[in-house]
Amino acid sequence: MASELTRKTATELAAAVSGGEVSAAEVTQAHLDRIAEVDGRVKAFLHVSADNALAAARAVDDKRARGEELGPLAGVPVAVKDLFATVGMPTTCGSKILQGWVPPYESTVTARLRQADGVIIGKTNMDEFAMGSSTENSGYGPSRNPWDLAKVPGGSSGGSAAAVAAHLAALSLGTDTGGSIRQPAAVCGVVGTKPTYGGSSRYGVVAFASSLDTPGPFGRTVLDTALLHQVMSGHDPMDATSIDAPVPPVVEAARHGDVAGMRIGIVSEFAGDGYQPGVMSRFAEAVELLEALGAKVTEVSCPHFTYALPAYYLIAPSEASSNLARFDGMRYGLRSGSGSAEEVMAVTRAAGFGPEVKRRIMLGAYALSSGYYDAYYGKAQQVRTLIIRDFEAAFEQVDVLISPPTPTTAFDIGERADDPMAMYLADLCTIPSNLAGNAALSVPIGLAPENGLPVGLHVMAPPLADDRLYRVAAAVEAAYQSRWGHPLLDEAKGL
Amino acid sequence: MSITRDEVAHLARLSRLALSDEELDHLAPQLNQIISAVAQVQEVAAEGIPPTSHATGLANVFRDDEPVPCLTPEQALSGAPAVEMQRFKVPRILVEEG
Repeated sequence: MASELTRKTATELAAAVSGGEVSAAEVTQAHLDRIAEVDGRVKAFLHVSADNALAAARAVDDKRARGEELGPLAGVPVAVKDLFATVGMPTTCGSKILQGWVPPYESTVTARLRQADGVIIGKTNMDEFAMGSSTENSGYGPSRNPWDLAKVPGGSSGGSAAAVAAHLAALSLGTDTGGSIRQPAAVCGVVGTKPTYGGSSRYGVVAFASSLDTPGPFGRTVLDTALLHQVMSGHDPMDATSIDAPVPPVVEAARHGDVAGMRIGIVSEFAGDGYQPGVMSRFAEAVELLEALGAKVTEVSCPHFTYALPAYYLIAPSEASSNLARFDGMRYGLRSGSGSAEEVMAVTRAAGFGPEVKRRIMLGAYALSSGYYDAYYGKAQQVRTLIIRDFEAAFEQVDVLISPPTPTTAFDIGERADDPMAMYLADLCTIPSNLAGNAALSVPIGLAPENGLPVGLHVMAPPLADDRLYRVAAAVEAAYQSRWGHPLLDEAKGL
Repeated sequence: MSITRDEVAHLARLSRLALSDEELDHLAPQLNQIISAVAQVQEVAAEGIPPTSHATGLANVFRDDEPVPCLTPEQALSGAPAVEMQRFKVPRILVEEG
């Protein structure tokens, strides 16, 4: 019974809890049992909050017993990336500098989960301050890919992707600054969405690069992912960059997958050297499938996308060098060293931050220095404009763009750990959507023949057209499921 | 374009990172490699192209100036490394001149 509950989708669990077929406490306990059984190997979680989760689940059950109608996530266990501030649970951002910190306030997104009767089951591992593509930059050790425990689960939201893939939670939350939801979703064989920037609130989300950071959902199915997308989204007066517009009808779109007559553009720049053969063969197969389903697929050139990666590695570190100045050992977190405040700050930051965070802070400080500003940060901001214009021109011709989400399948733990440039290439295809602030997702399309690891399809849509992503992904998912006869995750052999 | 070890040490000081010699030896060539790679943006013809700092186009978002509940002193100080008399206790900032 317990293991059956962890195989169910979030949509099924919410219906079962709302209908009284199973209690939220039973659902939560089943997932806690599964975590106890396998998370010693996956290491998806930094903190499992059994008491809090069971208390939240019992509150949902009490609410039902009182005859009240339950929310859309009724009793659904949700794993939360450890950079969402959560009252009563530690929030470390995968960093030693915030070890043991318990926030005195709650992020808007997690507050909305709770209001929707979701149950936060724990906080997931991540690359420190969301800087990385493998979780190897976590101050607490890497998470592992449920398909093969010797491989990375992607990152930075790798713990959240692994938690859903390993059936430790039905849904999870991540953030995507350069691909940190879509790339781990792709390499773990689950669905992950970066909503339109400003569509989901950043209030209470520890900042990495404020103009790019976007909270978003993971799920095992397209509909589940849409369900969480809808619950977490919408205008928030506490975030000045939040968009005051209705949430795109993502759940409706996920229920009606259909690409007939849709114009779909392949980004011509995202192919060639560095792309793994199995990633490209599965992509070509997905293109054939989309055509067979009635889509009109063409190739579209976005010439400045080639410069998205270097522009991103100037803009994101620049914003990070400013945002991470707040970690100074004065008001919260680690304090180390002695002497003047300045000496304490420097010793604290050297002890508390890992190598990638240090690299990015210094890179940002360099890009923003007088004398270099125009050549680096200023130029990157102009490239950002050109990338937005490429998207605008493309979306005049097509309804959505597609590409691989990342050039390779999951790589070995340790393979790129001390080679920053190799690691950065994992985000090659996902970064343009962050720079432009539009919406994009990754949906599984099979396994690479050469190694049996998952491959995703990356779909990009204009700002506030997030529903188009789900219309495409639901059609793709339905077609593959009928071909495979079972969900892709049933083939995962890592556990 | 290249960056020297001394320049990296200077950036570390500006960034309030007390790095060891070993860390500087390790990070300096890596930063040099990254900076050479990101310098590609300079190839782009961008004459007259306006910069983008954020993508939403929102500017000057205002709210009504109304008092709302905020953290209690206990909550605000709950994560502090050191507290004294309901305040953050921090190391000396000004050094006496002799």
